[in-house]
Amino acid sequence: MLNIKKTSLNVAVALILPTIVAAQQTDQPAPIPSSHMESHIGNLTGHSEAGAQLYYRYCWGCHGARGNGDGENAPYVTPQPRNFVAGTFKCRSTPTGTLPLDSDLYNTLGRGFNFTNMPSWAALTAQNRADLVAFLKTFSARWVAEKPVDPIPIPAEPKLTVESIKHGGELFQKLECWKCHGQEGRGDGPSASTLTDSNDQPIRPYNFTSSNRSKCGKTNSDLYRIFMTGLDGTPMPSFADVVKPEDAWDLVHYLRTLQVNNASPELALWQTTPEGKAIVSAKKVENTYTGSGVKP
Amino acid sequence: MQTKHVVMVGLALLAASAVAHAGPAGGTVSGKVTYDGTPAKMKPIDMSKEPSCAKMYATPQLAETVVTGSGNSLENVVVYISAGTPDEAAPSNAATFTQKGCRYIPHLLAFQVNQELKINNEDQTSHNIHPLPKLNREWNKSQPPGTPPISERYDKMEIFPVKCNVHPWMHGTFAVLKNSHFAITGDGGSFSLANLPPGKYTITAWHESYGEQSQDVTISGSETKTINFVFKAKPY
Repeated sequence: MLNIKKTSLNVAVALILPTIVAAQQTDQPAPIPSSHMESHIGNLTGHSEAGAQLYYRYCWGCHGARGNGDGENAPYVTPQPRNFVAGTFKCRSTPTGTLPLDSDLYNTLGRGFNFTNMPSWAALTAQNRADLVAFLKTFSARWVAEKPVDPIPIPAEPKLTVESIKHGGELFQKLECWKCHGQEGRGDGPSASTLTDSNDQPIRPYNFTSSNRSKCGKTNSDLYRIFMTGLDGTPMPSFADVVKPEDAWDLVHYLRTLQVNNASPELALWQTTPEGKAIVSAKKVENTYTGSGVKP
Repeated sequence: MQTKHVVMVGLALLAASAVAHAGPAGGTVSGKVTYDGTPAKMKPIDMSKEPSCAKMYATPQLAETVVTGSGNSLENVVVYISAGTPDEAAPSNAATFTQKGCRYIPHLLAFQVNQELKINNEDQTSHNIHPLPKLNREWNKSQPPGTPPISERYDKMEIFPVKCNVHPWMHGTFAVLKNSHFAITGDGGSFSLANLPPGKYTITAWHESYGEQSQDVTISGSETKTINFVFKAKPY
């Protein structure tokens, strides 16, 4: 019975899809690229003309014909698709309020956005992604008007120690990260329920216990970069002017210990201390997502 | 005939001096901003989630989306010249915006394109300053207690909200304007734009809840023209 239902659903989808595609093709606008744009990622060079072909195949359903985030799927997508006309991007290696590097956009395309409708486009070739980055840059005049900015430097990661984790924990309190992210990093701080993004849409702070991937990457350097650059267009501010690099690394080490359900060197080291072991075992959810495996 | 000549020479001299000291001898546009109808009652702010700020107030602070004064006057209206005067270079002094007691002081800050904007945090808590422009660059910076002032500039004329995401009741406005002829109304709702050379101007009044209105005015000599703005208050 189930199988029949599934098959009929597949047939229905197969019938509907071509009509949607056909409809899209008929009202496809003439591409608006203001000018030719290039992207440079390593030794790859992307071209906006090639990117336009890909954009009107893969991207415009959500991001819209004019790149302003109002594609036909957009009303059903939370958070809303990125508006490329504004030129404001979450994942950057550059200071807050500036344009990202080509490589930032390229990496975002390959990674996708965890917890959102934006998938990873790693299935496209590297050249395809570079071309798409070049095309995205035709939507906003900022790419012509503004000079590229140097990325925020990320110094080499210092040695992981229990002291660095503890100091990171103190900074988590002092910088009041918990106001949004919660004392246990579950994204349930006192301000969490009031947060909105720059489009006035509700937005959740990152829940560190949910995974070891955040929106802008999963390495320690990515974590470092996220709170130094801030995520523009969201409530997450930049701390670049107020946190010293060595302090920032300590904070990274501490944040890893909040990811209690994902093994990491930081979590392992933290659990070798009696204090850390007690905290982690109290927080860790084992065996089941419903929490029935949690001992009282 | 002779007296006429003398008068004309006198006028010519006056005009010449007006050109020489274009500033002080200009005309003035002044007036009052009032509202008509019943404005919404401002809700008290619940600062209980930020005890370090809540304890600074004996009674709860009120929201500032509509602030009214005596005689139906409307406060926090920025009155500026939107057309008729050339763009001016930014002054060398900084416009200062202060976070104190989890409020913005002032609630509405007007300054010029490319003028330095200095943002201070006098609280014992971290704030994030998140202005939300559409034409200018959008940035968002954290400012923990005891850190130096943030210095920024905006390069396009625009009026936009600024907020603190950590403390959602903190909400203000930046008005980035092209010239130095602007005023912000306080209690009484009066404004005065002085030192205007003769010419035709468009005067615009902007309020965060009630929108904007414009009026054209022509100034000749050093006269003072009076124009008033009346905003329709909404009871919600």
